[in-house]
Amino acid sequence: MRADQTAIAQWVAPGARVLDLGCGDGSLLRYLWQERQAPGYGVEIDDASVLDCVANDVNVLQVDLESGLSLFADRSFDCVVLSETLQTIHRTELLMREMLRVGREVIVSFPNFGHWSARLQVAFGRMPVSETLPYEWYETPNVHHCTIVDFEDLCRRLNVRIRERLVLHGGAPVTFLPNLLGSLAVYRCTAG
Amino acid sequence: MNAPSVPTRDPRSVGAAKAERAHFSEPLRLKGGATLPSYDIAYETYGELNAARSNAVLVCHALNASHHVAGHYADDPQNIGWWDNLVGPGKPLDTDRFFVVGSNYIGSCFGSTGPASMNPATGKPWGADFPVVTVEDWVEAQRHLADHLGIERFAAVIGGSLGAMQALQWSLSYPDRIRHSIVIAAAPRLTPQNIAFNEVARQAIMTDPDFHGGHYYDKGVVPTRGLRIARMIGHITYISGEAMAEKFGRVLRRGQPGFDFDIDFEIESYLRYQGDKFSSYFDANTYLRITKALDYFDPAADFGGNLSAALARAKAAFLVVSFKSDWRFTPARSREMVHALLDNQRIVSYLEIDAPGGHDAFLLEDPRYHKALAAYFGNIEL
Repeated sequence: MRADQTAIAQWVAPGARVLDLGCGDGSLLRYLWQERQAPGYGVEIDDASVLDCVANDVNVLQVDLESGLSLFADRSFDCVVLSETLQTIHRTELLMREMLRVGREVIVSFPNFGHWSARLQVAFGRMPVSETLPYEWYETPNVHHCTIVDFEDLCRRLNVRIRERLVLHGGAPVTFLPNLLGSLAVYRCTAG
Repeated sequence: MNAPSVPTRDPRSVGAAKAERAHFSEPLRLKGGATLPSYDIAYETYGELNAARSNAVLVCHALNASHHVAGHYADDPQNIGWWDNLVGPGKPLDTDRFFVVGSNYIGSCFGSTGPASMNPATGKPWGADFPVVTVEDWVEAQRHLADHLGIERFAAVIGGSLGAMQALQWSLSYPDRIRHSIVIAAAPRLTPQNIAFNEVARQAIMTDPDFHGGHYYDKGVVPTRGLRIARMIGHITYISGEAMAEKFGRVLRRGQPGFDFDIDFEIESYLRYQGDKFSSYFDANTYLRITKALDYFDPAADFGGNLSAALARAKAAFLVVSFKSDWRFTPARSREMVHALLDNQRIVSYLEIDAPGGHDAFLLEDPRYHKALAAYFGNIEL
């Protein structure tokens, strides 16, 4: 599992009902089921990833997140996870609201565009490419990059309460100058 | 020396299949109020039922198919089962692991008791007097077949289209007798538009002068013209506009417009061919009843239209599959079922396959579709 997923797994209570948006091959859900007895569903649009989920014996729903979460009833999950997918979403606000509608709690992780290496590359006139931002500008699925400060601004605007924050770099926690030294941010939020 | 000529045999085919028939002398009470005094069910099986009897999979067929799901007949090698690309050794529904049962529904013209069968009360074919049957009735009959075969609980029930409605109904009629329900290219009930197409097909049959109110068997005629048109209408709805354009385009058969009413476009030729073929083997009374079974299917009807309430009984794990190009039962219709299953916290996966084939895509061999089914069946514990 990726570093952010390990962090996310720690925040999921045993037996919690989990919805993992952009669940990839379903490894987080499989882990949560095996280690936390937390049953869940994944949402994924990519054909190959959906097939991996089926092979991993994970519940997967092939629907487009951009159209919202209309399949899911209000407060039907203990925890809704959006790991490293926020930056690929066009209708960010809609999805954030939808997540808070269907889940009691929301866990969001994203690559921090404020990390010094991204800032440096932009300062030298190039779009950043790094371990957490591995794509060239012309092939990236990412459409909405943000920094830690930006995300927290959005949370304030949407009246989202941040319960916990974990900033990572190379899998290790960063507490000093997180928006400069952290490449990956993980948040646990609730409705405000 | 020349090698002896051995007929090439497809190692992934179940080989020669044998149609069986089970007779049930207990009356079958139907949803519509009528009772069938006794009945036969035609079926085929592939693979072996294991000692724990835990590996049985029921395959339910759609409108025009039968219990002949896979393999061929020894005396008719060209007659390949309708889902042969799915069912066989090493295929997604692997007959080396599973005991697969294909069953023909009541009212059919392929072996199970239907309108062309003898009515024991009159000694003549049932004809128009054969009752209208429903998806629930079919499941009830299949339950008797399961008892007959010694299957207490199916590992899975699978079907596409009308077959998928049976797979869904199984989870509602007998929640404890099915572990997985695989519902492909289906809808939880028909739209008025779906019903409209069915009604046009029925009208084509019933207004054919050879229909004789359904009692045509002893008149030495069949309502061929009506059946032909019914099939043409059906075929238009099974294929996507995109696939139709891809396959036929606007190609003129004679190279130029004839300015007459012979066949100009390839699509006309195709529809006529399909209509002719179908009307040569299918029974009009069966067609009428199947389209009615489709129209009436609506598990939510007894729950004020609330599908979530209707599916609360289901205990099976579900795999729901739709095809983006299917405009007969669109992906949105499948998502209605997924939504209702999620409301009930059921185990469910949903695949929306971007295949071009339209409604008929469920019969085709799209690799994403078949790989997913293979993976899903592979995870079913025996």
